[in-house]
Amino acid sequence: MRESTIMKIHYGTALAAVALVAVHILMRLTQGFAESLEYESVLANYKFIPYAIMLELILILLAVHGFNGLRVILIELKQGKMYEKAVSYGCFVAMIGLIVYGSRTIIMTNIGMI
Amino acid sequence: MAQVSSIAEEQTSTPISSSKSITLRIAKYNPKHDESSQFMEFSVPYEKWTTVLEAILEVKKHFDHSIAVRYSCRQATCGSCGMMINGKPKLACFTKISELNSNVITVEPMSNFPIIRDLAVKFEKLFDSHHKIKPYIIRDDSELESDEREFLQSPKEVEQYIQFANCIKCGLCNSACPTMATDSSFVGPQALAQAYRYVADSRDKGKDTRLKIIDESHGIWRCHFAGSCSQVCPKGVDPAMGIQLLRGYLLGFRS
Repeated sequence: MRESTIMKIHYGTALAAVALVAVHILMRLTQGFAESLEYESVLANYKFIPYAIMLELILILLAVHGFNGLRVILIELKQGKMYEKAVSYGCFVAMIGLIVYGSRTIIMTNIGMI
Repeated sequence: MAQVSSIAEEQTSTPISSSKSITLRIAKYNPKHDESSQFMEFSVPYEKWTTVLEAILEVKKHFDHSIAVRYSCRQATCGSCGMMINGKPKLACFTKISELNSNVITVEPMSNFPIIRDLAVKFEKLFDSHHKIKPYIIRDDSELESDEREFLQSPKEVEQYIQFANCIKCGLCNSACPTMATDSSFVGPQALAQAYRYVADSRDKGKDTRLKIIDESHGIWRCHFAGSCSQVCPKGVDPAMGIQLLRGYLLGFRS
């Protein structure tokens, strides 16, 4: 993938994440902060499909943006063909891993495993 | 013989007979047999108009002729005498001692460049990056039509790139760039500014080729817009702006 395409995704995910995290924070403010972190309240959020989709989107946006940022930092710190390949694939695998792990929690809640 | 002596005289600096003097600290380092650089201190007299280069040449003439320094035109045109002067990349021939407002002047080789010896650094990487972005007009119709004598441009079209054509390849921008300090593969502000110089030239048809060259993992996207390249340029070129304008092409804001 061309670097400009990656960076367009990088900037796009940052803007979208700011918008969605703002919505997420506003939603938390409708409840008391401590109350919103209670076990039942968190489960209720995951079970409310539109909100769960938004959380899933935030997870994807932040994982893509964050791991690409990490890739950029690491390839600026050290150079080398093998090293850069390892960093790129490593960050991609870690990003997928984080998205899968986060999605698993939302899916398990919705299919009644939690 | 007379000719030889006149050439030798021409190479020496202007005689300085002032009562004012500064301490000039010169970094001495030979990578072939030194572990680290050592500073040598010299007391050098100066006048209001004495440049750092003249002070270095004074030291070379009277105290230590082994000091390695690259210079040529002495008028900020050749871009040879770039060095760190009191921690900032500057042209030694274009920096007056009196304007530094310091009694101690430290000169070191430019950062982010391999050192040949003392104040002289290797320019190979700078020239390679410059060459890589194809710093010339690219077009298919290299032959002019019979009734044309030149590729005409309006003053407005010239304005788009003319400040970037002032680059003298001195390397000060690359020396000031924080990305170049850690990313040895980064193409650098000098080459990126020159890429913009040709992309913005209405006579040039090589935009896509150049954008492809700079759109790679150590290309234009590694610039963090610190802006230090523009701050140190002795010719008033603004590489940071050129880089942002180039990004505009890659992000689709400009065509």
